[in-house]
Amino acid sequence: MAGVSLDLQLLNLCAALLLLLSFAMLSQRRIVNLVNLLALQGAVLFVATLLIAWRTHQAHLYLSAGLTLGLKVLLLPYLLHRLIRRLQVYWDAEPLLNISGTMLIGVLIVVFSFGLAQPISALASTATRNAIGIAVAVVLLSFLTMIIRRKAMSQVVGFLSMENGLFFGAMSATYGMPMVVEFGVALDVLVAVLVLGIFFFQIREQFDSLDLHHLESLREDAAARRAE
Amino acid sequence: MRPIGIITQLLELIVALAAAPLFVGWINQCRAWLQNRSAPSLWLPYRGIRKLFHKDAVIAAGASPLFRLAPYMVFAAMVVAAGIIPSMGTRLPLTQVADAIALVGLLATARVFMSLAAMDIGTAFGTLGARREMMVGFLAEPALLMVIFVASLISATTALPAITEHLATQSLGLYPSLAFTAVAFLMVLLAENARIPVDNPATHLELTMIHEALLLEYSARHLALMEWAAALKLFNYACIGFALFIPWGVSTRGSAPVTLLASLPLLVAKLAVAGAVLALIETVSAKLRVFRAPEFLATAFLFAVLGLLVHLLLGA
Repeated sequence: MAGVSLDLQLLNLCAALLLLLSFAMLSQRRIVNLVNLLALQGAVLFVATLLIAWRTHQAHLYLSAGLTLGLKVLLLPYLLHRLIRRLQVYWDAEPLLNISGTMLIGVLIVVFSFGLAQPISALASTATRNAIGIAVAVVLLSFLTMIIRRKAMSQVVGFLSMENGLFFGAMSATYGMPMVVEFGVALDVLVAVLVLGIFFFQIREQFDSLDLHHLESLREDAAARRAE
Repeated sequence: MRPIGIITQLLELIVALAAAPLFVGWINQCRAWLQNRSAPSLWLPYRGIRKLFHKDAVIAAGASPLFRLAPYMVFAAMVVAAGIIPSMGTRLPLTQVADAIALVGLLATARVFMSLAAMDIGTAFGTLGARREMMVGFLAEPALLMVIFVASLISATTALPAITEHLATQSLGLYPSLAFTAVAFLMVLLAENARIPVDNPATHLELTMIHEALLLEYSARHLALMEWAAALKLFNYACIGFALFIPWGVSTRGSAPVTLLASLPLLVAKLAVAGAVLALIETVSAKLRVFRAPEFLATAFLFAVLGLLVHLLLGA
């Protein structure tokens, strides 16, 4: 790739790493490792944001890079680790699909999202427009993570990783969202994790487990089944 | 066909035949050091091969001609493969008839003959090993093809010398696609050469063995050829890795013929480092259950496909 500047090469590398980390999350069975992967994804996102800020000389991007570092690399993983210790959930149950099958679906999703992002990339004018496809793929792969996991904990990690993908998509399509929106989203995510943390305790209180499978049956159904 | 081409071709074949057992010996030595054992001699594989050539062959009753033919076929396939991999120079006359896809086919031919010969005798171990070998093979082959396709896409050709030349002469840069495929290739190399996460090369006694189970019924010169072929296969894989991922120092088409002489010590250095790295990987990792092997290879395939997709999207 002669003629491409080093920072753009680094940005491409970051995009590729984000995609790789999404796949690693998809295949990870231990929840502790899942949270570490999420923190790593946040760190890659932080580096990518810094690079874009340095490229485009936009001051507010430094701020959002700092926000990413503080919130997604340090605070949220810390909160999640504390939750894991308190709730004593270290392993996810066997996922709904086997790992190889999930990976194949993941590859199909990546191909699909690259196709989906093609017209958007054609319209965007940023130097990082090629990475939009990867951002869409990260969002959809996080969806897949949420779909195939049973435990509430891993679903929250999937949710947070989806937010990372959205952030990266906004970054590569338009060099970031307006500051107000970014603050709003960051606050939303923080509150969501706090509220979901309380939810976990409630779920465990009710069902003695964090397996969301138990939430599927309605109370009347369960009562009727018990009566039979 | 110019003389330099013939010289390069002959030199590469001779080096491959001579250095392959040495490479295996070097890996064994490194592994012994890492495991705090006293290391066997570097020349042990040669002594083993010589000893086997001096023995009388014992052939099981009921063996078909296929059983006698297989060692020669496997060995020949590996020698031809060694001839078309540009390990030292890219002026190879043989490569005009066989490109990278044919190379994968050659490796597959060797695997099929080995498995058929193992099933030919009809022992339980041979059949079991053959089935496992085919299971590993059919998963590893698409991953290897994907790895080669990424390199082919970057250099717009499937001829190995042209790929190597293109990769060696282009400007230095970060290639995420090549990094991903390098990881995939390493995993394929470990699986295909019966290395530790998938198979244990140091055992003859386990129910989980794959490669050794295929060779149980062979003796004397047949066994010697099979073991030499296995060493050549490992050497070939290492050279494919060098050709795709660290192609620098190979004597290319435009350079002076003298560079061929300089490429030999460089190849030795690359092999020494690669052997040490392989020994390290084998020492720090544990053998997988056989049923986890498909997962391991699916991951390799995934890495290669991700490399392909990243290349198509980012052009990097």
